[in-house]
Amino acid sequence: MSRLRDALDRGEFVITGEVAPPHGTDYSAMRASLDTLGPLCHAINITDNQGATLHLSSLAASKAALEAGYEPIFQQTCRDRNRLALQSDLLAAWTLGLENVLMVTGDDPRSGDHTKAKGVFDLDSTQLLAVAKGMNEGVDMNGSELTGATGFLLGGAMFPEAEPWEIQLERAVQKAEAGATFFQTQAVMDTDKLARAVDALAPYGVKLIASILLLKNGRVIDFVNTKLAGMMIPDHIGSRIKGAADPMAEAIALATEQVREIRDIAHGVHVMPLGADDVVERILEGAGL
Amino acid sequence: MIVTKPRDWARIKANLESIDAKSVFLMGCGQCATVAHTGGEKELAVAKARLEADGYQVTGWAVGEVACHLGGTKLETRKHFGSVDAADAVVVLACGAGVQTVADAVKKPVFPGLESAFLGTVLRSGVYEERCQTCGDCVLDLTAGICPVTTCPKGLLNGPCGGMWNGMCEVQTDRECTHVRIKRRLAEQGRSATRVIPAKDNSVKLKPGSINTRERKGQ
Ligand code: SF4
Ligand code: SF4
Repeated sequence: MSRLRDALDRGEFVITGEVAPPHGTDYSAMRASLDTLGPLCHAINITDNQGATLHLSSLAASKAALEAGYEPIFQQTCRDRNRLALQSDLLAAWTLGLENVLMVTGDDPRSGDHTKAKGVFDLDSTQLLAVAKGMNEGVDMNGSELTGATGFLLGGAMFPEAEPWEIQLERAVQKAEAGATFFQTQAVMDTDKLARAVDALAPYGVKLIASILLLKNGRVIDFVNTKLAGMMIPDHIGSRIKGAADPMAEAIALATEQVREIRDIAHGVHVMPLGADDVVERILEGAGL
Repeated sequence: MIVTKPRDWARIKANLESIDAKSVFLMGCGQCATVAHTGGEKELAVAKARLEADGYQVTGWAVGEVACHLGGTKLETRKHFGSVDAADAVVVLACGAGVQTVADAVKKPVFPGLESAFLGTVLRSGVYEERCQTCGDCVLDLTAGICPVTTCPKGLLNGPCGGMWNGMCEVQTDRECTHVRIKRRLAEQGRSATRVIPAKDNSVKLKPGSINTRERKGQ
């Protein structure tokens, strides 16, 4: 049974983290990251060619995480596979013991390291959620019965701060209706907007896991603002870190405040330490988790 | 219309060199390539001068009514039979369909003189935008006449994706997100957009497409 599902069902405040599979076959860096974050989290997202850059497959890396004793959230993007490949990977994931899946669209290949690649996008994330929900009910996308169903906990991405809000909300509702039972959000900068999202989605029975980014220095802030799609760090936060005598200490303080606030609003927090895995424990403890 | 753009001149020359051509017949198109200012009479005159400057003999040129019409193109090349026959090669300033139609109509080696870019709209003279990928399963009825297959860089039927920021597109950051435009236009027209568009039927677009209305009439 998925620990994540269990905790969400019980109404426990959940903690998730994320690690990237290697760009190669050496798992040691991912393993080190897992050993730091894994014990603090209910589940760990295993990204799928994130940023449209080549990594070992999320499927294999999720299995590796499971074998290392941690609960993975297998991420699937729509960018690299058509509907046949997506479905067969989902069937494979279930037989490998992967119970949590997060469906995302995926960044455009033009923004990654294989700029000449063809973006597949045969399905979009809403359609893929509906397909996975069907598999949970024992049928493939054509409605043909499967010899053995899946039983995934299905998640989607949602963006509480991206305007126009009505369109964001409509998207999230579509995803919930397609099968998402939890959402992981884009990094939260404005907790009022997070609260607005939690309230608006409450009637749909979905759980919201809000993300925080560890903005450990000015470089990270500039990177997020220029390179990460759908994310903008507001000036007051940017200058707080950039102007601090010790940016890392300030970033930890900020993240701790954010987690504390999120605790009162959302159903969980997703921590993205951007490499500074070793400070996550301090942040969570500082926030009383 | 089919929007075309000039092809790298060095490639055209390399094509001619590959068959040791010394003389060329030029063909344009009276429709799209004329409107796009890539394969009309003016552009053919420029190409002719350029070829001559590079030492080629241009035996003649023609801009038919529409290059991709097999009957019309056959007729046009027959009208110019002598100069086509005198040429070692034919260079066609039209889209890929036009080039192939000419290649079917004459016995000479035929080379493309343009690059076919897309099926699009002339926003104003010289400014074109891709609008349709001829997917064969049109969703414009659901999307307020804005094609997500073509104008969303990811071709998502349901959006926006997570990269949308302040209404703008993640990939082409100077353009509004297609899905934001769709939802706004639907709202302006009092139409609801809550319906999820199902996955595309790619089988209707298997290559090569062919339609025979005569067969259908006979049925
Ligand atoms: S959906 Fe778009 S690509 Fe398909 S036929 Fe309609 S306009 Fe063309
Ligand atoms: S921002 Fe909008 S138009 Fe751009 S890729 Fe995403 S969904 Fe498509």
